[in-house]
Amino acid sequence: MQITSPEFKANSRAALADPQLQKALGNVRSGFIEKRLKAVADLPEFERLRDSAKAIKDHVLSNLDLYLEAYEGRVLEAGGKVHWCGTAEDARQAILAICRGVNAKVVTKGKSMITEEIALNEFFEKNGITPVETDLGEYIIQLRGEHPSHIIAPAVHLNKDQVEEDFRRVHDHLAPGRDLTEPEALLNEARRVLRSRYFEADVGITGANFLVAETGSSIIVTNEGNGDLTQILPKIHIVVASIEKVVPTLDDAAQILRVLARSATGQDMSVYTTVSTGPRRPGDPDGPEEYHVILLDNGRSAMLGTEFQDMLRCIRCGACMNHCPVYHAVGGHAYGWVYPGPMGAVLTPSLIGVDKGGHLPNASTFCGRCESVCPMKIPLPKMMRHWREREFERGLNPAVGRYGLKAWAFFAKRPRLYRFAAAMGIPALKVFSFGKERFSWLPLAGGWTKYRELPAPEGRTFMQQLRERDAVMKQAAP
Amino acid sequence: MSGREAILAKVRASLSEGGNDPARRAAIEARMAKPPKGVIPARGKLPDDARVDLFETLASKFAATVERVRSHADVPKAVAAYLRAKNLPAAIRIGADKRLAAMPWDRQKAMEIRNGPSDGDDEAGVSHAFGGIAETGTLVMTSGKDNPSTINFLPEHHIVVLEAADIDGDMESVLAKVRKKFGKGRMPRTLNFITGPSRSGDIEQKIILGAHGPRALHIIMVDG
Repeated sequence: MQITSPEFKANSRAALADPQLQKALGNVRSGFIEKRLKAVADLPEFERLRDSAKAIKDHVLSNLDLYLEAYEGRVLEAGGKVHWCGTAEDARQAILAICRGVNAKVVTKGKSMITEEIALNEFFEKNGITPVETDLGEYIIQLRGEHPSHIIAPAVHLNKDQVEEDFRRVHDHLAPGRDLTEPEALLNEARRVLRSRYFEADVGITGANFLVAETGSSIIVTNEGNGDLTQILPKIHIVVASIEKVVPTLDDAAQILRVLARSATGQDMSVYTTVSTGPRRPGDPDGPEEYHVILLDNGRSAMLGTEFQDMLRCIRCGACMNHCPVYHAVGGHAYGWVYPGPMGAVLTPSLIGVDKGGHLPNASTFCGRCESVCPMKIPLPKMMRHWREREFERGLNPAVGRYGLKAWAFFAKRPRLYRFAAAMGIPALKVFSFGKERFSWLPLAGGWTKYRELPAPEGRTFMQQLRERDAVMKQAAP
Repeated sequence: MSGREAILAKVRASLSEGGNDPARRAAIEARMAKPPKGVIPARGKLPDDARVDLFETLASKFAATVERVRSHADVPKAVAAYLRAKNLPAAIRIGADKRLAAMPWDRQKAMEIRNGPSDGDDEAGVSHAFGGIAETGTLVMTSGKDNPSTINFLPEHHIVVLEAADIDGDMESVLAKVRKKFGKGRMPRTLNFITGPSRSGDIEQKIILGAHGPRALHIIMVDG
């Protein structure tokens, strides 16, 4: 997909001016936060489970090489194949080779962010293979030629009248006069249309929430059942997963599962948690005849051992974006690549480079809500700060900001000079306010005052006021 | 260098670890053989009756319907009554599970029983659960000819027979039973944890039941 992260500012301006998007984003602000809060309140052990989940992933990351080897061994024992892919291109080629092997025309797909990361759909189309997204949200955005705007709710930027328009446009074999005003009718129509596609497909592709070293299994967590139909009906099941998805045992997966759905959708458990191991067994009447795992690095191994290693604990629940005031304001597409919100602001520069993704870590007020709700306790604000430092060191941010910061730093490192300058500046600003309480325009601060007013100072600096107050308190004390 | 070796070499370089450290390897093997006991919620540790009641409460909360019967002999009658109540034809898809086969289906004269995996044209499928998890009201299903996975997903109505005695408090206890039945480190092709009927919230975040999987999940719990 085309990367528009460098145009984050322009993307955001467009998003703020888009009434359909702003209406749809209201569903994020109201729904997710309350549901999560309720699910967490219902489980007194939630905080301890967070610590347990974090410890498991930390342990895996510091032994990732060994767990990957152990996992691979078990996949092979169960009759599956593992394809180690260093880059997105390696992964695309490995997938294509498997599909070509059975002369695949149609490939069904369960919801998977990693296949977005490797831009698999575009690649399939170029190679004459039809990819069919089967998750309702993914199906809708595929019809629109869009990408997900949220990692667990891909079509959250849309309203139902937009979906109705798309269904009428694409499902033109159905009666034009049919009633599609209710979401139930839209879901039923998608269900009917997609049913035949599951049987048509030669290959089914899913992602993985976990890979289990103990058993060589992959685990997916879904609500619709499409991920299961995608993997049990076609001849071949391909799992695409990145290397940090591995956990030691099924019991470890159980620990993390307890915080995953609660953090994501506020469910105790998602409807379907599916553990898949190898191809169908002798005597099995259904299930795929081949089972392949595309094990993708694509930049993750370079994050190990750095200040960004903690990001590899991420289990893609979406809680950080559900609670982010910036995401609430601009939605997911403004971030310009696969992963939006706070997790995207940290991960995107790691995966596509700080030169392209450098704006994203700046899109934060550092309010800290993302870290406070992250089930894996990932220090997202701290890592965004690391990126800002790197961006600054490499001179990637604009000159005005750089010189402004340097000027500010010059004063900030010299407290006396700072206080002196403030003591000169504040009364001057008071004079220039001409008695008004707010500035609607200030020289050199036009970017700020264009969208909001700056309160006018009252004439004394904070330090002056503090000293006066201290003096009064001392006199008042007996 | 193959993709495999290149990735492992990069991971090791980033971790500043060598490839052949027997102590590290022994430590992860030991941890996989005996995972540390994690945090088990108190509600996953209830005694017998309370555990079964919690399963029923939570499965119902997540939109499954639960019916309790006294013995295996009551199951076919309950299935027939469910189909009638839902205005469905008296026909079911069923695998080769011996416990299901031993039930008195012949007493339901009008019932058509189709055997084998679902082909997508079944209104109702009947499966026998491997177990249940009380802490989340979850059914546990294993694939194979006894209970083909397609029956879990293709029919509009999924009817699941569950022995009350097979309900465990927490997920880890069920996983221990899976290891015992299939062998440590070995698994059936598919292990499904199912919590309620299929649903989607993808249109304006409104939850609607019956997405791609069954529209309804009916659990017949055998108490005997």
